[in-house]
Amino acid sequence: MYKYNFGTLTTMFDQWLESLMPSWAATTIECVIIGVALLLVYACLAIFYILYERKLCAWFQCRLGPNRVGPWGLLQVFADMFKILIKELISLKDTDKFLFALAPYLIIIASMLVFSNLPWANGLQIVDFNIGVFFMIAASSIGVLGILLAGWSSNNKYTLIGAMRSGAQMISYELSIGLSIMTMVVLAGTMNVSGFVAGQEQGWFLFRGHIPAIIAFIIYLIAATAETNRGPFDLPEAEHELTAGYHTEYSGIHFGFFYLAEYLNLFIVSGIATLVFLGGWMPFHIPGWDGFNAIMDYIPSVIWFLGKAFFISFVIIWFKWTFPRVRIDQMLALEWKYLMPIGMFNLILMTLIVTFGLHF
Amino acid sequence: METSVFGIQSDTLMVTALLTGAALVFAALLIARLIAPRSFSVKKAEPYECGIPTRGKSMLQFNAGYYLVAILFLIFDVETVFLFPWATISKSIGSTALLSVGVFLFILILGLAYAWKKGVLKWQ
Repeated sequence: MYKYNFGTLTTMFDQWLESLMPSWAATTIECVIIGVALLLVYACLAIFYILYERKLCAWFQCRLGPNRVGPWGLLQVFADMFKILIKELISLKDTDKFLFALAPYLIIIASMLVFSNLPWANGLQIVDFNIGVFFMIAASSIGVLGILLAGWSSNNKYTLIGAMRSGAQMISYELSIGLSIMTMVVLAGTMNVSGFVAGQEQGWFLFRGHIPAIIAFIIYLIAATAETNRGPFDLPEAEHELTAGYHTEYSGIHFGFFYLAEYLNLFIVSGIATLVFLGGWMPFHIPGWDGFNAIMDYIPSVIWFLGKAFFISFVIIWFKWTFPRVRIDQMLALEWKYLMPIGMFNLILMTLIVTFGLHF
Repeated sequence: METSVFGIQSDTLMVTALLTGAALVFAALLIARLIAPRSFSVKKAEPYECGIPTRGKSMLQFNAGYYLVAILFLIFDVETVFLFPWATISKSIGSTALLSVGVFLFILILGLAYAWKKGVLKWQ
């Protein structure tokens, strides 16, 4: 069941379309279909995540959360979306108009590029480069540019400080993300996303990679929390110091883009963790328990992928309500004095284990 | 070149994803411009900052601490670029890989230790 290849479905559709029209027209139509599908999934996930986070935050604080609009507050997000769309877009004097308008584009494009790389099921993955994992890290770093531009172009000291903090934070923690993913690339022996998932059929890399995989996973979780500007690392938006950080001067839907990208980035980092450590869409298997494994196989792979991603997002949201916000010097010290050296030694440890064949 | 969904080349699909992102922002902005109210006043165009009138320009020179972090990042990010191809094939080249990358990482860690000793990592 979980092995069902969606590639056969899309290939069948492609052949049917090719038989009706010339090749270029078929490709164009398919690209439009992919674009619409991406938009739909992107929007649905954003809506789900906003509700998910608001409900979880409420429960962590013994509140009810949104519960007035629609059953269990389900329609609250739609109401908010519509409200944000009809708000006025205020144009300020002395802003750098071009950069001010460019920043939301960069942020959304960066998250969309990474988003299109995630594997949802066998064959249900849009972009599949042979350097997939590396491409994800590269594309996600475009988002930093958007944040820096937003802060700089707003002509506002608070946004500038917010953007600088965010820039320093994101580029620092990107190194740890890179190192921990590299550790797993050593184990997997490939950077291809589908190759990564296929390599975890016998067991997820988190379990197969011994201690270095677990260390890499913990480093990745911390770095991912910082990368999405969340949890204890939300200095760029520390609201009692900086009003709202880098997006203070954005209004209406302009602000909405930052909001959207923030939630989608939460899903994206969870998705990458799922892909790299928790086997992507592969079901959970325990060697020897054939009956249990057979039941696990019946659960569709999309549900496996989403379930794991939502679980990791839950952990990241949990961080936010457990740890107090760190200071900027503490944040940089944590990265440069602890996570970076540990990550490097962890890489060597993983290479040792792979070279001597000690992994499972 | 790898192919994926619909047998289209991956780079075409990447451009599709890129255009989709741009289209999302463009379309939403267009809708907002059509249905959102618009008005203009001198007071409204002032920077919001924290509520009180702002003083001076804001696009100014900034704390060098951030600059040092950026320089350090540059060094270690280039290192990541060098290490990724090695990481992919390290399984097949065996212990030679371990030795060569060990030396490389050792030099890098020395660099980090030097920066640490110089006080780059200390925030002021």
